[in-house]
Amino acid sequence: MKKGCALFLLLVLMVSLLSGCHGSRGAQAFVIPESFDTSKTYEITFWAKNDTNKTQTNIYEKAIRDFEALYPNIHVNMRLYTDYGKIYNDVITNIATQTTPNVCITYPDHIATYMTGDNVIVPLDELFADAKYGLDGAELQFDGPSLGEMVPEFLEECAFNGDGIHYAVPYMRSTEAMYINQDYVEQLGYELPDVLTWDFVWEVADKAAEKNQDGTYKLNGQNVMIPFIYKSTDNMMIQMLKQLDAGYSTPEGEVLIFNDETRSILETVAEHVRTGAFSTFKISSYPANFLNAGQCVFAVDSTAGSTWMGSEAPLSDIAPDKYVQFKTAVRPVPQFDPEHPQMISQGPSICIFNKHDPQEVLASWLFTQYLLTNDVQNAYAGTEGYVPVTLKAQQSEEYQAYLNDPAQYDVKLAATQLLMAHTQDTFVTPVFNGSTSLRDAAGQLIESTAKSVRRNETVDDAYFEKLYKDTQSLYRLDQLQSQQSRTDGSDLGRLPSTAVALLVTLVVVWVLIGLYTLYEQIRKKRAKKP
Amino acid sequence: MKKVLAIMLILVLALSATACSGKKSSEDPTKKSEGVMTYAEYDAAALDSEVVIETYVQAKQGWWEDNGQGKATLYTQDGDGAYFIYNAYISEEDYNKLGEGQKIKVTGYKAEWSGEVEVAEGATIEIEDGKWVAEAVDITDKLGTDELIKYQNQKVVVKGATVEAKEDGAAFWYNWDNSGVQGDDIYFDVTANMGTYTFTLESYLTGSDTDVYKAAEALEAGKTIDVEGYLYWYEGPQPHVTKITVK
Repeated sequence: MKKGCALFLLLVLMVSLLSGCHGSRGAQAFVIPESFDTSKTYEITFWAKNDTNKTQTNIYEKAIRDFEALYPNIHVNMRLYTDYGKIYNDVITNIATQTTPNVCITYPDHIATYMTGDNVIVPLDELFADAKYGLDGAELQFDGPSLGEMVPEFLEECAFNGDGIHYAVPYMRSTEAMYINQDYVEQLGYELPDVLTWDFVWEVADKAAEKNQDGTYKLNGQNVMIPFIYKSTDNMMIQMLKQLDAGYSTPEGEVLIFNDETRSILETVAEHVRTGAFSTFKISSYPANFLNAGQCVFAVDSTAGSTWMGSEAPLSDIAPDKYVQFKTAVRPVPQFDPEHPQMISQGPSICIFNKHDPQEVLASWLFTQYLLTNDVQNAYAGTEGYVPVTLKAQQSEEYQAYLNDPAQYDVKLAATQLLMAHTQDTFVTPVFNGSTSLRDAAGQLIESTAKSVRRNETVDDAYFEKLYKDTQSLYRLDQLQSQQSRTDGSDLGRLPSTAVALLVTLVVVWVLIGLYTLYEQIRKKRAKKP
Repeated sequence: MKKVLAIMLILVLALSATACSGKKSSEDPTKKSEGVMTYAEYDAAALDSEVVIETYVQAKQGWWEDNGQGKATLYTQDGDGAYFIYNAYISEEDYNKLGEGQKIKVTGYKAEWSGEVEVAEGATIEIEDGKWVAEAVDITDKLGTDELIKYQNQKVVVKGATVEAKEDGAAFWYNWDNSGVQGDDIYFDVTANMGTYTFTLESYLTGSDTDVYKAAEALEAGKTIDVEGYLYWYEGPQPHVTKITVK
């Protein structure tokens, strides 16, 4: 009896020691089932993002209906969002309660944070290659793309963890474009080049900011004129740094942004805020509202926002009587070296959350792949200046006809073709846990500088030093730095007392187990002696 | 004994009534402390200039945390005009102290975003003693006139408005283009004073669990309603609705 008790105690101790520490870990790693079980019903949740665009919502709904018709045992419940940040916050909350969606449209930066939990996100490479259910797999009920039919640059963006493994698939891609009131540029005596330099933009913008004696602007005769307005100042800073080959971050997450080139960019921004040539979305409003009202020369916004841009824009927030007629030109974002343009690649990707039932994960993967079919890709890309992420869709007859359809809004098509022509000139920033904060900080540097100039604060060396320090602290980039240095194996300092206590307890328990086992063996030997 | 008790009760009641009315009447919502702008001074202040105001919270959008910084957006008003306080910096503890009518001192910068004049993001708030709740001003006959902008951000009411059908016949949409779902902002159109205007239920102000949100979901085209809310501006008037009364 004593022996039984001791053995039981030992087992309990071992189990608690060996597995107790792992109690907080995520689900088991996903293993692809041999075959998809069609005898059971699977409910999967899909958190989708639309650009407050009803057509996009309709396309998701149709995709779900069509998919469910092919797989009657899979039911997809969609939850719609209009904001990536909200999706991110909800996912983080739901990871803790193990109620994440099955399939989620999101950004790689966000996925990097989701991945701080074990096996939360399903790695996709084995699924890509699976002969039955992989990309272009033999048992798929639809005609999806093969691996070779994915646009390589866009797919590569989803292998962001430094391990070469894909944790997402791209869904749609866009970049930023400069939407230009060409009439104004020419009115100011300039000819519009194919690729604009930053110097050109600043020069024209300064000229456009000149006023009459009565306070109206010479260029438009109105009381309002923002010659150059930028929607995403995060992207503005990131692209300028990239074009200058200046530091932003390392792939591992070391923050490099607080450098001299950044300061030089901020000084330029300050100079042109001072002349009234430059403002931002956060400070003023949507670039389209100014551009379409003839109150702007250069407006930078996403190609995925192209249906809002221009004097014939099908979507608008301003009153019809505020529209001004002008020729809208679409160009890449300004460059430092126009011979070698560089622009950001952005747009939603899709990740799959791991679940205890591998069949449920497989169902999620089937639906994810369905979103890559030509039907979905072509339809969704057509809602805005998005580009399909598969060559299969891009090269399809349907898509080619769309690109040449005179009934389509010409600014949207120009924005789409801009990205297709420059896919090889796109880049993405490194993704790591904390990269979202760094991106926010990049934009905040511009926003803060612009606001300070508008508020007549002194913007000098001391200002920038303080700005760097405050931004580092606000976005906890100093903590990112220290996390990074830990991964480099540098000195971690003394262990916390709780950790020391835990380690000591573990050692003591194991010593006691050892002593007890030894004691039992000696006792047995003695008992066997005649 | 009973008589004494009754007299005491009456006295207590009378005293408390006096106290209440005294508090109400003692609060002058136009009076300002030293160093604080009057509404007229705020109104005249240039954009991007620093402003210091005393005002009374009429309604608030939810508190949230952004990179560790607590933020909240407030609809506030004094006896002369209204102030929209956008994403002021405030702790959750202080935010919870901001009941209807709570007096606050706000220090920040004046800004304009798509026509909406506001105290820009990052203003600081001090909670002061005092309470005052604004009465809704009837702006029905101001709709469509140049005078309307004077009421920007104030608590207003539009009376006898007719609910107009959206393009698809619905009385309201979730999101401006019907791309949303329950819980998102609600948009509905009304005709009043010979013009049609879009009113909004801002979900951060009046979420799907509020009576007014449910009332909006029950709207029918052609019905006559009174609508109360705050005269928010986005490229034109776009009131944030807090009360709907179907006639």
